[in-house]
Amino acid sequence: MQADAVAAALAQAHRSEWAFVLSATVRVAGDLDVAEECAQEAYVSALQAWTRDGVPERPGAWLTTAARNHARDRLRREVTLRRKLPLLVEPATVDPHDPADLDWPDAAVPDDRLRLVFTCCHPTLAPEARVALTLRLVCGVPTPDVARAFLVSEPTMAARITRAKKKISEARIPYRVPGRAELPERLDSVLTAVHLLFSTGHTAGEGKALVREELCDRALHLARTLAALLPEQAETRGLLGLLLLTDARRATRTDEQGRLLLLADQDRTRWDQRAILEGLTVTAGALASGPPGRFTLQAAIAGVHAMAPSLEQTDWPRVVHLYDRLLAVWNTPVVALNRAAAVAFADGPAAALPLLDELTTDPRLADYPYLPATRANLLHRLGDAAGAAQSYRRAMELTANAAERAFLEQRLAEVSRAAGAEPAPG
Amino acid sequence: MSKYAILIYEDQARYATMSPEAWGALVDAHNTFTKQVFELGGSLAGGEALASTTTATTIKGGSTVTDGPFVETKEALGGFYVVEARDLDHAVEIAKLCPAPFGGVEVRPVVDPTTNPF
Repeated sequence: MQADAVAAALAQAHRSEWAFVLSATVRVAGDLDVAEECAQEAYVSALQAWTRDGVPERPGAWLTTAARNHARDRLRREVTLRRKLPLLVEPATVDPHDPADLDWPDAAVPDDRLRLVFTCCHPTLAPEARVALTLRLVCGVPTPDVARAFLVSEPTMAARITRAKKKISEARIPYRVPGRAELPERLDSVLTAVHLLFSTGHTAGEGKALVREELCDRALHLARTLAALLPEQAETRGLLGLLLLTDARRATRTDEQGRLLLLADQDRTRWDQRAILEGLTVTAGALASGPPGRFTLQAAIAGVHAMAPSLEQTDWPRVVHLYDRLLAVWNTPVVALNRAAAVAFADGPAAALPLLDELTTDPRLADYPYLPATRANLLHRLGDAAGAAQSYRRAMELTANAAERAFLEQRLAEVSRAAGAEPAPG
Repeated sequence: MSKYAILIYEDQARYATMSPEAWGALVDAHNTFTKQVFELGGSLAGGEALASTTTATTIKGGSTVTDGPFVETKEALGGFYVVEARDLDHAVEIAKLCPAPFGGVEVRPVVDPTTNPF
């Protein structure tokens, strides 16, 4: 078999099957680190075997069997040593003679992937560790790449991942899918991690385009997997819808120079219509499944924007209504700020300004650049160029993102020119 | 089953000013908790209440003896339980019921000394 064809098949199998292989191996190995090494060994042995025998019909099943065999060999070799180490799960939960475990029944394996995701996003782990572990263990992204994605040094990220894995093993965070009663709360922690992964990719600064797209793709893949494995949990579909509808605007979010483009300035003809159609369908399904959660409502809002032919022709009263419902289930100042921005379109900037004034006293928004940026936009539309300039300057002080800073600079220059052209007040 | 310590950290000043009735109610709450541990499928392997940090004596480096706790904090270690639980989820479920009205609790796995986990 051609070496490059094998390499391509392996890369594909890594991308799509890593979570399958690792999560099924953890149950045999009883330890995350050992399982990771065995899964890596399986990919290494595949290179030789597939070059010799061709790519198997089900690469994931081949790799899983190989990784589990590596794990069993190790267990036999190190039986005395292993007995002394705390195990994540007792290896005995898998019967090596049970054909159901060896033949990889489709019903059993998705459970394993869910086990892995729920363990990585366990609420007793720090939120930033949950996202890093998910990327590393569920997506199989090497630590240096995880570090780059979160703009921290490699040793810092390696330490963060090691610490989290150690807590899983020492404190015995269970390798299981939570029961029905605790599932919604635990699922929220998982969906939040996937959403954070996507947002990190979506808002990453200029010059990191490759990392950025990779993160968005990984997050989308995870959201798809969760929606497929837990379809009865409507919020999994809500998250998938939200990511699809947001990602559909990926190509138009910045201009050729990498500068941020507002919704108003984006070329809507370049929005990915296929992603929008899928996003709308998925979101409609989630909305029809009972009282919507926060991801489903955010998806519905993104859906209204995706269907609008222009900013002016957006159904703003519907957007405000959806924000009202979102505030009812997820009362945060950021949601209130976004609602105020929608009110500015539905009822005019003068109606929204008092809503922003209320938010300026909220300490949670004290360092949030979008608050002064929104305020500047409203003041500009109300003809207060000097006030707008002051607010743009404040927003610039607060943002660390190059693309956002460039955008604010440009706006500041516009309103400063306008302010200079007007006679000074009083 | 694994052992976990539930460490109770509270503002000790609040204990100094509490009424005899409130103290009695808190003792009852702890008695209830020790029963709840078993009702939840865990078991109790130990636990004590500690006297105020003003009675503490600290020895550093094996020789320097000073008055007071190791670290001076508003919320100090005031007692602990050792429970047996299936896993961290189970231990947290148990620890959520542990009375700590003037602070909170910390759950720490207990180490098997035959291997160094650090």
